[in-house]
Amino acid sequence: MTKVAYWPGCVSRGFTPELHGAMNLVAPKLGLDLVQLNRGSCTGAGVLAEHNQELVDTLNGRTFALAQQVDQAEFMMNICSTCQGAMSESQERLDANKEYRHDVNHTLAQFGLSYEKGIVNKNFLWVLVEDIGLDKLKSLVTNPLTNLKVGPFYGCYIVRPVERLHINDENPRDTYLPKVIEALGGTVIDYAGSHKCCGFPIITMNKEASLKQAGTHLTDAQEASADCLVTPCPLCHLNLDMQQPVAAKAVGNMELHMPVLHLPQLVGLALGISPKELGMNKHVVRPTSVIDWSETVIGSIPA
Amino acid sequence: MPDYTLRIRRYNPETGKAPYWDQYTVTLDTHEAVLTGILEVKNRHDGSLGVRCSCRSAICGSCGMRINGQPGLACNTQVGDAVKRSKDGSNTIVIEPMGNMPVIRDLIVDMDAVHWKKVGRVTPWLLAKEPVPEREYIVPRESMVDVTQTMACIQCGSCVSDCLAMEADPEFIGPAALAKAYRFVGDPRDAQHQQRLEDLAEDPHGLYTCTHCFKCIDACPKDVAPMSQIMRLRRIAGQDHHIEDVNNGERHEQAFVVLIKKYGLLAEADIVPRSYGGNGITGGKFSPKSGQQIAQSLPFLVKAVLRGKVSIKETLIPHRLAPEDRAQIKTIFETVKGREKRNELNLYITGYDEDGDPHTEPVSTDKEGATA
Ligand code: SF4
Ligand code: SF4
Ligand code: SF4
Ligand code: SF4
Ligand code: FES
Repeated sequence: MTKVAYWPGCVSRGFTPELHGAMNLVAPKLGLDLVQLNRGSCTGAGVLAEHNQELVDTLNGRTFALAQQVDQAEFMMNICSTCQGAMSESQERLDANKEYRHDVNHTLAQFGLSYEKGIVNKNFLWVLVEDIGLDKLKSLVTNPLTNLKVGPFYGCYIVRPVERLHINDENPRDTYLPKVIEALGGTVIDYAGSHKCCGFPIITMNKEASLKQAGTHLTDAQEASADCLVTPCPLCHLNLDMQQPVAAKAVGNMELHMPVLHLPQLVGLALGISPKELGMNKHVVRPTSVIDWSETVIGSIPA
Repeated sequence: MPDYTLRIRRYNPETGKAPYWDQYTVTLDTHEAVLTGILEVKNRHDGSLGVRCSCRSAICGSCGMRINGQPGLACNTQVGDAVKRSKDGSNTIVIEPMGNMPVIRDLIVDMDAVHWKKVGRVTPWLLAKEPVPEREYIVPRESMVDVTQTMACIQCGSCVSDCLAMEADPEFIGPAALAKAYRFVGDPRDAQHQQRLEDLAEDPHGLYTCTHCFKCIDACPKDVAPMSQIMRLRRIAGQDHHIEDVNNGERHEQAFVVLIKKYGLLAEADIVPRSYGGNGITGGKFSPKSGQQIAQSLPFLVKAVLRGKVSIKETLIPHRLAPEDRAQIKTIFETVKGREKRNELNLYITGYDEDGDPHTEPVSTDKEGATA
């Protein structure tokens, strides 16, 4: 078992509880022992950073310090692209400059906390590829996603900026989703929107543009004949799933019906967990195609 | 020297013919520029190929294009690096004109129609403080260092090419022009900071249409980081100039601040009404606009509740941290917000501490800073 300091984020405990639930189900199967950081605060989702950098860096520094206190944890893990991006941004500044880190730690000292430079904080997607490994993942698959056509959707915060996220030749982190889909036995659908923005951040400021983005990517995936999308970001899930009916209207695509799965749900299906346990009945767009598929496949193969 | 296949998108709107692809093989050293390959094609194979370039040293900003899916300058992109992004792992380099701008011919786009028009929109010159001193203005050094990042822009349009907000809303002012706006809002000699910011914040396709997608940061060959400049503009507009824009940008930001300060976590159900000017479902005071927005999204909220995604109770009573943790969060807010000046670290200026290379994953056993 690999012990991990686990930051679930807020959305996974609010609007997308099925994500948090699915992660808890797949973790033991993958050999991950999750120690949940219940005391951490919201990462600020990029919005707090636009308000005040030191504020967001101190909040995230506090969560990092709490993670560093988890005895024998090998690294810290999150399940939200936006958390990854927001936390990586704070970490970049905290690690880059000793005086700045000192200022932040001075505030944290009031609570007996201190952040030590150099925490390793990874999204579940990165953990799958870099720590668990695709071969191991493949060997754990009991119900390969044969003939399931899956479109990857990353979320901006986990693919850009490349330097901050340490995306390089050694760790080409912006190419992991198709590799994971393939390891699970599924078919990768290549479409225009995989690395684009779902539009969520401007949903209250420029609703039309926001919904147009979601609607366009969903339509592109539909035209490329995807059965579903998979995303490591619950905020993307909100715009792509919960807002899908309005997004469909915004781009005039009344035929749109594109289920969007959270990454741990897709992994869970291939590891033999039922769609219901994975909370797939909780989505706004019913993942009928995926459930039909899993009923025939999971029903025919004894787990 | 290895062979490279250049796959170039050709289009001449005047002919009425649809765009098509041409393919050429060139032999180049891995460190040679993509532009060198393109010019070889033009000189040896097809003189009609439309391409714009001049300095060949990343100064003039003429050679912006998409290279294997990535916007940038052809003269400072090495072929060896470009093929690393090739989809099939081969030595193929796909070359396209920039996006978000109409094509004039082949790799040449109409910068006037989009890029320059938008830059012009932000009044890209100094509106000097009166009285103009007889000799020079005396300004703090840091404030000028701060705007040098935006002054590094060579107007190549790479950031505009792949701006995802502009893709959805062509009227969006965009990254290059907003970075230019910061060049003057950050300049202590300029007299019209408030007016500039109000103008950008109130524009429905302005300051608050950027979706925070980081595309412009990765696209820029000059490290201008337009998105970071946009975030600065928002910070200054909201906090120093107290501009409450009609687009809810400032209120949306404020909603996050208030909710995180109060609960430590986000209550998503509260973000929408608060962003539209009420004080949230949990606060009991609605603005008419927020009521209208909630009514619009109600069918989906109802659906979410029906699917067991959220319970009514969860929607109304937000999840929050334990009292002692909330107290710590509050202390952090008060400490940081109590400072006379916002404590900001601009890595463009400070760089990274020498003791660590930020581009390799640091190990967690590094004890440096533990006592800091
Ligand atoms: S970034 Fe999103 S999911 Fe992550 S903690 Fe903040 S609101 Fe929650
Ligand atoms: S796609 Fe949208 S919600 Fe997802 S990370 Fe990008 S901006 Fe955020
Ligand atoms: S971060 Fe904003 S300005 Fe930059 S490319 Fe994305 S949407 Fe455009
Ligand atoms: S900001 Fe960078 S990418 Fe954009 S026009 Fe200027 S130099 Fe080019
Ligand atoms: S030719 Fe001048 S910037 Fe490339």
